[in-house]
Amino acid sequence: MLARTEDTRRTSITARLAGREVILDMVGALVDPEASMLVVSDLHLEKGSSYARRGSMLPPYDTMATLARLGALLARHDPAIVISLGDSFHDGEGAARLAEPARAALAAMMAGRQWLWVAGNHDPEPPSGLGGDCVAEVAVGGLRFRHEPSKDGRDGEVAGHLHPGARIVRRGRAVRRACFASDGRRLIMPAFGAYTGMLNVMDRAYRGLFDWPEFRAHLLGRERIYTIAGAQLRPG
Amino acid sequence: MPPAPLPEPFLRWFASRGWAPRAHQLDLLARAQAGRSSLLIAPTGAGKTLAGFLPSLTELATTPKRRPGEAHRGIHTLYISPLKALAVDIERNLGTPVAEMGLDITIETRTGDTPVHKRQRQKLKPPDILLTTPEQLALLIAAGDARRFFADLRFVVLDELHSLVTSKRGHLLALGLARLRSFVPDLRVIGLSATVAQPEELRRWLVAQDGASPMADQIVVEGGAKPIIQILDSREHVPWAGHSARYAMPEVYDAIRRHQTTLLFVNTRSQAEMLFQELWRINEDSLPIALHHGSLDVAQRRKVEKAMESGSLRAIVATSTLDLGIDWGDVDLVVHVGAPKGASRLAQRIGRSNHRMDEPSEAILVPANRFEVMECRAAIEANYLGAQDTPPLVDGALDVLAQHVLGSACAEPFDEGELYREVTSAAPYARLARETFSRVVDFVATGGYALRSYERYAKIRKTKDGRWRITHPRFAQQYRLNVGTIVEAPYLNVRYVRAGRGSVSRGGPVLGKIEEGFLETIAPGDTFMFAGKVLRFEGIRENECFVSNAADQDARVPSYAGGKFPLSTYLADQVRAMLADPARWQALPEQVADWLRIQRDKSVLPAKGDLLVETFPRGNRFYMVAYPFEGRLAHQTLGMLLTRRMERAGVQPLGFVATDYSIAVWALEDIGAMARRGVVTLAALFDEDMLGDDLEAWLAESWLLKRTFRNCALISGLIEKRHPGQEKTGRQVTVSADLIYDVLRSHEPDHILMQATRADAASGLLDIGRLGEMLSRVRGRIVHKDLDRISPLAVPIMLEIGKERVEGGASDALLAEAEGDLVEEAMGNAGQD
Repeated sequence: MLARTEDTRRTSITARLAGREVILDMVGALVDPEASMLVVSDLHLEKGSSYARRGSMLPPYDTMATLARLGALLARHDPAIVISLGDSFHDGEGAARLAEPARAALAAMMAGRQWLWVAGNHDPEPPSGLGGDCVAEVAVGGLRFRHEPSKDGRDGEVAGHLHPGARIVRRGRAVRRACFASDGRRLIMPAFGAYTGMLNVMDRAYRGLFDWPEFRAHLLGRERIYTIAGAQLRPG
Repeated sequence: MPPAPLPEPFLRWFASRGWAPRAHQLDLLARAQAGRSSLLIAPTGAGKTLAGFLPSLTELATTPKRRPGEAHRGIHTLYISPLKALAVDIERNLGTPVAEMGLDITIETRTGDTPVHKRQRQKLKPPDILLTTPEQLALLIAAGDARRFFADLRFVVLDELHSLVTSKRGHLLALGLARLRSFVPDLRVIGLSATVAQPEELRRWLVAQDGASPMADQIVVEGGAKPIIQILDSREHVPWAGHSARYAMPEVYDAIRRHQTTLLFVNTRSQAEMLFQELWRINEDSLPIALHHGSLDVAQRRKVEKAMESGSLRAIVATSTLDLGIDWGDVDLVVHVGAPKGASRLAQRIGRSNHRMDEPSEAILVPANRFEVMECRAAIEANYLGAQDTPPLVDGALDVLAQHVLGSACAEPFDEGELYREVTSAAPYARLARETFSRVVDFVATGGYALRSYERYAKIRKTKDGRWRITHPRFAQQYRLNVGTIVEAPYLNVRYVRAGRGSVSRGGPVLGKIEEGFLETIAPGDTFMFAGKVLRFEGIRENECFVSNAADQDARVPSYAGGKFPLSTYLADQVRAMLADPARWQALPEQVADWLRIQRDKSVLPAKGDLLVETFPRGNRFYMVAYPFEGRLAHQTLGMLLTRRMERAGVQPLGFVATDYSIAVWALEDIGAMARRGVVTLAALFDEDMLGDDLEAWLAESWLLKRTFRNCALISGLIEKRHPGQEKTGRQVTVSADLIYDVLRSHEPDHILMQATRADAASGLLDIGRLGEMLSRVRGRIVHKDLDRISPLAVPIMLEIGKERVEGGASDALLAEAEGDLVEEAMGNAGQD
């Protein structure tokens, strides 16, 4: 009654970004098959313990939950290069607080891969004792990767930081999902961490970043990715 | 046993008015003087307030005053009411006789609105009588000086006890009371209550559950003159469905015209708005008619209350904010629009009219649809028969207990065993297991997770002397900011702006607050009713919803599924009995009786213990309608579970809708034919075992459970409502409770907070208990009518179809629709040729 029948399960879609083909995976990762590269953003590892430090005893399972999803993703795509696009840890001491099982799981994922930690505002310093390379910004295959979107809007920029989400209202009901936000020239990644919330793409923080008529939100549904035009989206 | 003679000023005061103290007032006084706690059950207007305070006033009047230089004495009497407004009201009502008697007794309120300097002064120079709320009591006992502050306490007076005990606020209050008793073991507690079904529960509630204390005494004041209650026998057509009662407005307006002051009660805010608009539309005489509900701006509410007090209003449209015993003016008529949903609620609301006990109250019930006619009839009979249907008391909630444990540590270090004994002396927690209590303490300390990784961040820690103590003063500050059990849905201010300039100007006044959930469902340009106006939604900016005046008068009313309260078990039973007994139809309006007669001819009316299930085709769908009369919440749960089963049975259900009375499911396959052929059996569909795996599987994904979890997380202190230095609103809670829920459910599904959540949901939003009782009651008693067309009884619920919002797991389908629009936009009209 509600659903249009789809003959392909779009658990990932192909999108063009500044002329280059990339895959957007519904788990919230960008894959560049030509470069054998996988990108995730805003893992916010150890956010639970960061809150516990100030008295909010959130369940201490967020790091393992995030890493388990990342592990499954890596097993599926098996990339040679992994970029964690900033705010990999919720605070500067997050890496030091990693429990041994998490540390081991992360090491296993990093083994045999080139691993790039992009500096974020939550974790400007390189994570201690984990290996991988730390960069402020990096260019691979014609795309540029940095944590915070730049104001001058260069083509081919992939950023994170804003935790984009989008909202539609249909039949008296609102649906809100994390999303990839893109106008075909630049792209902002959804946040990947288990405790990361989202900021609506209609918020002021996104002003000036996109060419609105070309804007698409690729929403992470339960079953697949849904591509929705700006005119359909609602603030809030 | 008579009490000691009243002190001279009291005798003079009574005599000067030509009054004598009433028997129950003296009775209560005598028992208090004998050291007993008492429950006073009395109707409105019986002098309950004076009765409750007479023991305190007489004792204070005969106590020698403090001499200069002597230390200030502590609080003598603590009065606790569920409403701030009630405390303020009592201050005035009690202050008058105290002043007239010339007694030197200080009476003050302490609520969330009390300025800081006054609170500080109260700590140094406590009044004799302090009027306050359960939340303020929690704060007072969590302070380091609590023991000293309450050292001189003699009495606690609990007002509107029947309404307090059924909620989490009641649990918080019970724990506070247990703490006060630990300070003052011979404390006397006086409970004031309207009539309740099980007074023993309240009598236990007032005293320590330590196996040694007897129940509190009980004093019952019989009601005065019986109220005159009528159902509006409308000349108009009574609608089949809906909740507006718009049809009856001219007749209601006439009634207002014929009376001096009318109180109009409705069940939801949206009904209040609608009714107010409708009345003003036909208000030819421009009678002063006002609106009052909890979402309106405080200043506006106070204005209405003032006007009511001074007698300058002819009518006031109100929701439950006015339910409780606030005493204003001379109301000579109560109109209840929509069914009252519970007999106790009806009695309470009618009690508002005519506060002199010996004159009968006058009330008119205005049913909004035909089922409500029966419900109103049942409620009237119950009110006459004195039957009551207050919901059963439930065990104390664990999230509230967690809050109290932290509060206890804020006051002073505690011994776990001692605190356990104190907590279990509170009636709601009398059955709390020692092990569960330890888990709650552990939860407060470090979150209580199996993965014990937060030991070093513990908020409370056991020290060498074996006592738990708070590890940092900032946790006490956090506790104070987050105390309480009232978790509101996220609300936004509604602010007036000029049309079309919502994003630019922000100058206009705030009209009140509105749920974020409602705003989610409307788009800029939509119109809705609020604060008695038709408003145009301009947009949301941060925590504000911008609105402007709407050009037209036809608003999209905030759409609630129906009444806020589900039909009570007692009334449901009565309605079933009425359906089954044609002799009782005579008491119903003719058009309703006629409707039932046609139903009897075309289908069947179920016997009292039977469940009628009708199946019939309509359009290209097949329908199944069942009539359990168990209330909307239980029916919604039933609908979710039934459709899962029908799915498995190959019936291909497409959707369902639930009301207080019935549930309708529609499907692609012919359910009736499948039942005839024995492919499915209704007995199997309605089997109790749906409350097993099906329930678990559904619950796991249910938004209802997530919403319940959010409340538990906030009350228990897992996430903060407010953090020192930053006022957080619902929209800004940095870690969403939904995300926490998902992680906790997959990693530690038996965590104590998950247990608390499930217990809450079972008794609250899901009403599983009631559903379970119904399923077991109708086993072997399902009457199936396979019809070839819709029956008269089915018409009301069939009219609800399409008005209901899409619920549950359909969110991906909605996304797919929105995505589809993009395709259509891109393809133009090409696809349509």
